[in-house]
Amino acid sequence: MAKLFDVDLWEEIFDSLRKNRTRTFLTAFGIFWGVFMLILLMGGGRGLETMLGENFAGAASNAGFMIANTTSEPYKGFRSGREWHLELNDVERIRNTVSEISIVTPTIRRWGARALANDKSCGISLVGQYADYSQVDNPKIRHGRAITDADGLQHRKVCVIGSRVAQELFSGMDDPCGQYLRIDSINYRIVGVSGKSSGGINIGGNPQTTVYLPHETMRQMYNRGNEVDILALVARDEYPMSEVQYKVEALLKRVHVIHPDDTQALIKLNTEAVFSMIDSLFTGVSILVWMIGLGTLLAGAIGVSNIMVVTVKERTTEIGIRRAIGATPRDILTMVMSESIVLTLIAGMSGITLAVAILQAIENATHADYPTAQFQISFGVAVGASLLLAVLGVLAGLAPALRAMNIKPVDAMREE
Amino acid sequence: MIHLTNIHKTYQGAQPLHVLKGIDLHIGRGEFVAIMGASGSGKSTLLNILGILDDYDEGEYRLDGTLIRNLSETRAADYRNRMIGFIFQSFNLISFKDAMENVALPLFYQGVGRRKRNQLAMEYLEKVGLREWAHHLPNELSGGQKQRVAIARALITQPRIILADEPTGALDSKTSLEVMQLLRALHEQGMTIVVVTHESGVAYQAEKIVHIKDGQIESIEENDGSVDSPFGKNGLMK
Repeated sequence: MAKLFDVDLWEEIFDSLRKNRTRTFLTAFGIFWGVFMLILLMGGGRGLETMLGENFAGAASNAGFMIANTTSEPYKGFRSGREWHLELNDVERIRNTVSEISIVTPTIRRWGARALANDKSCGISLVGQYADYSQVDNPKIRHGRAITDADGLQHRKVCVIGSRVAQELFSGMDDPCGQYLRIDSINYRIVGVSGKSSGGINIGGNPQTTVYLPHETMRQMYNRGNEVDILALVARDEYPMSEVQYKVEALLKRVHVIHPDDTQALIKLNTEAVFSMIDSLFTGVSILVWMIGLGTLLAGAIGVSNIMVVTVKERTTEIGIRRAIGATPRDILTMVMSESIVLTLIAGMSGITLAVAILQAIENATHADYPTAQFQISFGVAVGASLLLAVLGVLAGLAPALRAMNIKPVDAMREE
Repeated sequence: MIHLTNIHKTYQGAQPLHVLKGIDLHIGRGEFVAIMGASGSGKSTLLNILGILDDYDEGEYRLDGTLIRNLSETRAADYRNRMIGFIFQSFNLISFKDAMENVALPLFYQGVGRRKRNQLAMEYLEKVGLREWAHHLPNELSGGQKQRVAIARALITQPRIILADEPTGALDSKTSLEVMQLLRALHEQGMTIVVVTHESGVAYQAEKIVHIKDGQIESIEENDGSVDSPFGKNGLMK
């Protein structure tokens, strides 16, 4: 009598659910809300992660930066508080000595400059860099091209500008490549526009308000001689930058006669530490998301179980009548369990559907700014959630169903 | 049809209650029997045992030749479904099902298909004169109508016996008469009927009246001129 695909049984179940709307709705809502929140949180966490990931995309995850600073220890006859500079020769030294390093590239900087064009001006910072800097931090060229080594060798006065600079100086122009802008009385031809956003890892200023020049051009224009402001390093994947950087540090300190224990003289930054911090942050966030989501779902399931217990109590008479006219305990068990499973599944599926719809809406809304951000949950997660629901449905129905099974028809009659 | 031999029943509790103290009762096929007694006399317990709703401690109960003793819940449910039709004082209809669905429900537990079930239910509703009320919920029906729905539900499985527990207890005298006439009509078609009541007017509709007192049968009265009983003239039953 209790076959799974007995059409009659299903009609009976839907009949019971349909004719007790308030009860059905209240029971279903707990599960619906739990699933809805779980999926929404999971999708939201994932979306946030991919959004931030997009900000960091292009930045090498194993990069390091070295910046010279005044010394804090007297050493070999030098007083403390001495000013020193990194120099171009350091690049060759590191390349030759530290084999774990795959890229060493020097940059020079100028902060607080102004760029002028079309009677408009814009505060900028200047960076002089080699082409290989793009392997440390990809400029995400939106129009035109990036700075090449040929630009530097021929001392061309060309530049790549940040997106904000393009917007402020050349508003209304889609592609400002080929236009000129003036910085410190020197005209540069624009060859490219960077699409890099202000999020993510920025060394030396907001990339949206930065103008990039060929390294040699800038060195000549600003009389920088041999000086280097920031040395950017990328280590081979198998060597963590945080360890390689100690070797580089020791080398630089030896060459520049700095006390080996001087912690102030050389500023070290590395993306590996930042990335691992962000990684652990997201691990934390996703653990939290799972905890909250599963907690909500569990609360929903307990709610369903509670309501089912009350329902069974309320239905004692009905169940008693059914037993008196020939329902076996197994019939009753099947009835209560099926009702709870059907309810859980319908409510859960609605929860998944609504959450997926909302996530899709968010994804569409953020698509313009973050084309690779992914809020949508994967199909596997949806299937997993559905299975989880089925299990919860069984568990939630179990206690009340066992209770219902033990109702004796006589007890039900006595209830009157 | 029904053979009770030396039935004993004790309710266990802080104070064990010996409710039935050796009941011997034999009811033949097609008989219309009323069981009378004051409240606490054990008549409801006796009916529960007859209806396989409750078990007994001692003795023997045979229903249509089948020994009813220590049945599993599943067997008991099956016997109840196929052999017994119940009529209760409080009707015991399922409130969210309409009259037809209520009547059809016992057949659902026999695995009869919906179309067949509903068709049969309509036939039985017709027999109790409620065809037009088939799609009304119990709370849209009067007490008498509800009891007629319950009778249709009791009949639909074509049971061997009808057990009625105070079938008129919640009805006024006019509808009580209608219900009793319905039971009498069933009796005339050959149905075995057992009615438990404390109303003598109801009891005197039966051909045999069993008086129970303190868990024992006090007397069995043959009722020949049932309609002319002192309380039953022309429907003045109460």
